[in-house]
Amino acid sequence: MIGGPHPMTPAPYRVRSRRPDRADTVTLTLEPVRGACPPFEPGQFTMLYAPGVGEIPVSISGRAGSGGYTQTIRAVGAVSAALCGKRPGDVVGLRGPYGQGWSLHAAAGLDVVVAAGGLGLAPLRPVVRALLRHRPGYGRISVIAGSRAPGLLLYSADLACWAGQGADVRVTVDHPDHAWRGPVGLVTDLIDRIVFEPRRTCAFVCGPEAMMCRTAAELVRRGVAPGRVELSLERNMKCAVARCGHCQLGPLFVCEDGPVLRYDRAAPMLAVPEL
Amino acid sequence: MFAGEGDAVDAVVIESLEPLVAGLRAEGYAVVGPVVRERVIRFEEVESADRLARGWTDVQEPGRYRLAEGDAEMVFSFAASPDSAKPYTQPPRQTLLRMRGEHIEEAGQDAPRVALLGLRACDLAAIAVQDRVFLGGRHPDPAYLRRRRALLLIAVNCAVPGGTCFCVSMHTGPKATTGFDLALTELAAPHRFVVETGGERGERIVAALPHRPATAGDLDAAAEVSRGAAERMGRHVDTEGIQERLSAHDSPRWAQVGARCLTCANCTMVCPTCFCSTVEDTTSFTDGTAERIERWDSCFTLGFSEVGGAPVRGSNAGRYRQWLTHKFSTWIDQFGMSGCVGCGRCITWCPVGIDVTEELANLP
Repeated sequence: MIGGPHPMTPAPYRVRSRRPDRADTVTLTLEPVRGACPPFEPGQFTMLYAPGVGEIPVSISGRAGSGGYTQTIRAVGAVSAALCGKRPGDVVGLRGPYGQGWSLHAAAGLDVVVAAGGLGLAPLRPVVRALLRHRPGYGRISVIAGSRAPGLLLYSADLACWAGQGADVRVTVDHPDHAWRGPVGLVTDLIDRIVFEPRRTCAFVCGPEAMMCRTAAELVRRGVAPGRVELSLERNMKCAVARCGHCQLGPLFVCEDGPVLRYDRAAPMLAVPEL
Repeated sequence: MFAGEGDAVDAVVIESLEPLVAGLRAEGYAVVGPVVRERVIRFEEVESADRLARGWTDVQEPGRYRLAEGDAEMVFSFAASPDSAKPYTQPPRQTLLRMRGEHIEEAGQDAPRVALLGLRACDLAAIAVQDRVFLGGRHPDPAYLRRRRALLLIAVNCAVPGGTCFCVSMHTGPKATTGFDLALTELAAPHRFVVETGGERGERIVAALPHRPATAGDLDAAAEVSRGAAERMGRHVDTEGIQERLSAHDSPRWAQVGARCLTCANCTMVCPTCFCSTVEDTTSFTDGTAERIERWDSCFTLGFSEVGGAPVRGSNAGRYRQWLTHKFSTWIDQFGMSGCVGCGRCITWCPVGIDVTEELANLP
């Protein structure tokens, strides 16, 4: 029986806290005005609605202790800027979570490479936390992250914490400052610095499309099975329920069939210009 | 259960549409049928059967639509109108919700009763496609279902296919076989309509009309109408191996058609199955109420695929390829059926006369 709310009707969520991460990026903790917030899988996203301005997809980067979602938003357009400007107590619309998350279950017993570019760390944060919560269930855990500049690095406190919990955490930047002593260059270059057994490795990759394709190709070149590498794709997801058509990639609705896709499935489609 | 899913009963003959229109109006239906407006057959609400486009026919070719005088007696002697049932299943603009403070109110709860009179077999097939899109997935749309249940579908079997029609290729017509409350076949000498019912709702309507049982002669004449229409299809598509042919993403044909295509989106606006939409947001100056309005969108617009400030499909060729490939190939992957019903509207209303049947035939 078909009933209940319209698939595009959000629920009101209140901003409980707001943490500026960078000049243009904030992390909001959002709690439902009424009821509980539905469970989510790492890699899923919600549609956040800034009343009167618009709605955008935002990855869930964690669950707050108080029972809400934490979501990291970078102000790049009118809607994201409006959401970044929300203050504790403000109400926004939220629907979801939506989409296919990371195949954590497939990583059991394997070495895991988590590779992030820029804001791509946001949907990977719950993966790393889940891996470290069950640390003995996996082999080596490596987190490699790239940032444009040291000051733009996301979740630096988390990265330090993960290193202390048994992950090999490596960070590279494009533009170092005087204080930077770490590597400079692409995330792909960090693959040389970590240890993993390629034939017993799975990888979760999120960042700009070019960064994901390069990283995945390099991992595969070293012997990681293409079916064990997952990417989180970005397309124009407007409805998140496979009815607006905007996010299509070949036969896929990225909002529903993705955003996380196996590299062996995504690579042939990403290779076609303008698909 | 929608129309056409019940058992068929014996056909009857009616001599006039006036009691049908009057009867439906008395039951609270807005009767929407083909009328002449600005020298085009459009679908509008009619108060009486006299308003219908009797005596007119049309000439349709790629990029060309002309109305012409036809048999003065006949009511449905034309092919597809630029209007399909789509505005009634998926309104061109609809308010989704209003939000004020922490209060969110869904709109679109009302679903007025509408009787669509004069739909063709391709239009019914298009409604079945939209049913699959809006009701068959993981997130069925209750507002669509309300509108859909409030629609009464009266089909007319095509007698005169248009020059751009290819429903026979897409296995959707020309005879309406399912998905209708009533299906009419218009016959001449003497002027009359053979009426088939597609379920209980249609039977009740017919029972209240002056009618007589159809004779074998009536039924033979009706069958001849559909047979003749099938033989006079304006165009043809070979659907054999179509998905494989459309996987030729790097064919030089895309650049050639892209050079002709104006990306005006006409084809997607007249297409009875194109379902893509976008949302507009507004805020009231007076009380701060925010409103979300869903409206038709088109994959031909530059902003459609925009990510991070740049379109994924920046070229005309890329956007045309997306539309044609989606319609005839990836739609099958997504919904288990073709997105094309062969109505030919996209060919007729393309301002530069791009012909999908020709584009498909020219693929490797």
